[in-house]
Parts: sequence; C-alpha cells; structure tokens
Amino acid sequence: MTPLLSVQGITKRYGPHIGCADVSFDLYPGEVMGIVGESGSGKSTLLNCMAGHLTPDAGQVVFDTRTDGPRDTITMSEPERRMLGRTDWAFVHQHARDGLRMGVSAGGNVGERLMAVGERHYGDIRDKATDWLGRVEIDASRVDDRPTTFSGGMQQRLQIARNLVTGPRLVFMDEPTGGLDVSVQARLLDLLRGLVRDMGLSAIIVTHDLAVVRLLADRLMVMKLGRVVEAGLTDQVLDDPQHAYSQLLVSSVLQV
Amino acid sequence: MIELKNVSKTFTLHNQGSAVIEVISDVSFAVAPGECVALTGASGAGKSTLMRMIYGNYLTQAGEIRIGGLDIVRSEPRDIIKLRRDVLGYVSQFLRVVPRVPTLDVVAEPLRALGVPADEAQDRASALLTQLNIPERLWSLSPTTFSGGEQQRVNIARGFAHSYPAMLLDEPTASLDAANREVVLSLIEDAKARGAAIIGIFHDEAARTRVCDREIDVGRFTPGMAA
Repeated sequence: MTPLLSVQGITKRYGPHIGCADVSFDLYPGEVMGIVGESGSGKSTLLNCMAGHLTPDAGQVVFDTRTDGPRDTITMSEPERRMLGRTDWAFVHQHARDGLRMGVSAGGNVGERLMAVGERHYGDIRDKATDWLGRVEIDASRVDDRPTTFSGGMQQRLQIARNLVTGPRLVFMDEPTGGLDVSVQARLLDLLRGLVRDMGLSAIIVTHDLAVVRLLADRLMVMKLGRVVEAGLTDQVLDDPQHAYSQLLVSSVLQV
Repeated sequence: MIELKNVSKTFTLHNQGSAVIEVISDVSFAVAPGECVALTGASGAGKSTLMRMIYGNYLTQAGEIRIGGLDIVRSEPRDIIKLRRDVLGYVSQFLRVVPRVPTLDVVAEPLRALGVPADEAQDRASALLTQLNIPERLWSLSPTTFSGGEQQRVNIARGFAHSYPAMLLDEPTASLDAANREVVLSLIEDAKARGAAIIGIFHDEAARTRVCDREIDVGRFTPGMAA
C-alpha cells in the first residue's frame, strides 16, 4: 500500500535553535497519528512544515495526490500547494478564529470552501453548509449568524465543518480541543472519531493532552527538543513507554 | 493460532535510578483454534503483563509472538491495528470509552470499524446487551456512569460483538453475579465451539475448570518468583 503521506528528514531551524530535526514517518490511509511533547518540543513547527505553512530547511513531505500519485509538496508550486490546502488537506487551528472568517456568517464560512473548489449554485452551497452545521451539532437556525456570536466550542465545531465540507483526505489538527472545557472536549472527540471512521480520514493531531491521543490516535510520536524520541502504537507508548522522557511524560499526568 | 516462542520482557525505569525489572523470561506455548488456555499464578506473577504483550500493548524485548501468522513483536503499528480489528479481541478489566457515547454505540463500535452497516451492528449489540441483562433503558446512556458490574458486562458485550478468531480475556467473570457469570461462560463456550483460540485469566476456579482445556503457570517464567 502507498502511504498517503511520507515525511522524510524534516528539519527546521530558527537561527541557531532547532525547531524540529530529522523527522521521518509514513502515514497510511485511515490512520490517525498523535504527536505529543511539552511546549517547545517542536510539534507545532513540524505540523506547520508538513502543512506547508512553514518551509523546512531540509526534508520531503510526499503526499499521494489523487491525480498524479506521490508528489513532494515542499517543491511543488505555490498554486498547487494552495489547491491541496483547499481540497485534499484540511487544517484545524487551536484557536478557531485563526481558521474562521469572523466577519462572515457561519453558513458563509462553510460555503466559502465549497466556492473555492468551484461550486457556484447558491442553493446547493447553502444546503451543504446547513447539512454540515447539523453534523457538527450547530442548530440550522444559526446559519446566518456570525461566529463572533458563537461560544468557543461552537466556533471550534464550525471550524471543523468548514474544513471537512470538501471531503479532504488528510486533516492536520493543532490542539483541537485545547482551551475548551472538558464537557465540550468530550463532545468534540466523539464527533471527530465518528468523522474519521465514516469518512475514512487520515489525521495528524498535535496535542499535549495524553487523554485526547489515547481516544483519538492509532499511533503516537513523542517529541523532545525537536526530535522524535519514541514512536509506536498509542496504547503501547502510553502504557509501556521505553524512553526516559516518555516515561516522565506519562507518569506526570494527574489522575482525576 | 496463537504461538509464543522464547518470549521475554523487562521494564526499565529510567526515572527511578534506571532500575531494570525482569518480569517474564523465556515463555513458549501455543494455543490451537477451539482451545481455551488459562494463565495461572500468584498476584504479580505476570499474567496480565503476558496478556498485554500478546495484545501488543506492552513491548516484548525478545522472542516471537505469532497470531494468525503475524509476529507482533516485529510488526508495524498499522499491522497490529489491523490484527486487533479483524483477528484479535481483548476483554480487559477496565472499560475505556469516549465520554458521552451511548452504550449501544460503544458495543457496536468494533463491528462499525469492520465496515458493518450501522443498523446491523446495532442489532448485534442489542442482542448481546439483552443477553447480558443490561436493561434497555440504559442503552442510550454513556456507560461511564454505570456500576462496576454493568461496565464489565458492557466491556464483555463489546469484546464479543465481532467473532474474533483469537481472544484474550482478563478476568471476564470477576464481580458478576451467578446469572451473568453463566452468560459469560456460555459466550466463551460458543466462541470455542466456532473455533476461537482463547487465552484467559480466571481467579474463579470453577469457571476455569469449566471452560479451560489447559493451564499455564506463569510463575514458572517469572525470574525470582520460582519457588
């Protein structure tokens, strides 16, 4: 089987500092991979390098495109990469306002991504947008309201709807449940799991919440100081961590 | 179906003076289809550890663990994920679920992951929950608020939803009343009859005698515990 995403030797430096160094892995269709590590471990840098938001100093990010098969997205032209970002890729930001247009209605936020891939029929766009608001449990009566009138959890769900409406194959998520209270987190996790299963999505989730990765991710990478110190099956890494840092990370979680 | 060859495991505690604890050494045995084998031994002998190694939950340092031809000691995560979805079931002592998900969906989930349509999966889940005496009014609620015995029965229903060719059962009859214990034992007997290879841990001696064909004393493989 061809990996959906094949990352090889990704390195990003900020001057003399290492953002992330020599990270390699393959992600297969339908797999969800978690990346954990403390603040400053390089996990967000890595995510942004993979998603094309940052240009790495070295390495390849090879994506299995629908039309041309595996292509290195780092060396691909800017318009091609942008097209990927609107179609097969999705990026869920930690702060919903970074991923939403706050001055546009909820329906408009979802519809915009559809228009970006060429949909023009207003009725169809509105129907699809309303359908997706329903899937993320936002009441259809809110379709014309701006996200500024939404709660944090609703904004996050709207961001997810906006991202998934075009049926992407790979979703990058940066702390998708960060900053939400726990009852909203549970709801979002349930939603994400259902979407991953039903749409056959692959996802890369950066988080520092080990409970989130246990429930959402099949595989886990642990990062420290820009390097991957351990990788494997999520429950194996969490229940039988091998590296000193992973052991410290797992044993530091407060029990509720 | 399940075959262990010269399997050993150590824990290295890096943050506690790098203590190295040898827990299991040089285990070899095999379980054939339709056979149920009990792991026995005192508390701390490594029964659950060995079971978790077979599930790929704990890393194995040496040896081979073959399940349906796949050596899980040397497999990629995605192969183990596939094995767990299709071939290898595990009923642990603890139910771990996403909060808020209804019991019926929790039980149907292993089938949904295999691509079984939602209504068919829910029918199977309903049948199992009924069989295990979980009242229907609880099915739409999350099991996180259930009693210990109810959670365990939900866990068992989930574990038996798909007809896995290989199963690992960690104390499946603990904390169950006589009627439910009987249901679980008959589920195990049915699984054996359809040819599942089963490894179980049973503190309930009568249950062990009834469903298990053989016993393996894990204490024999525990360094420092052999009498």
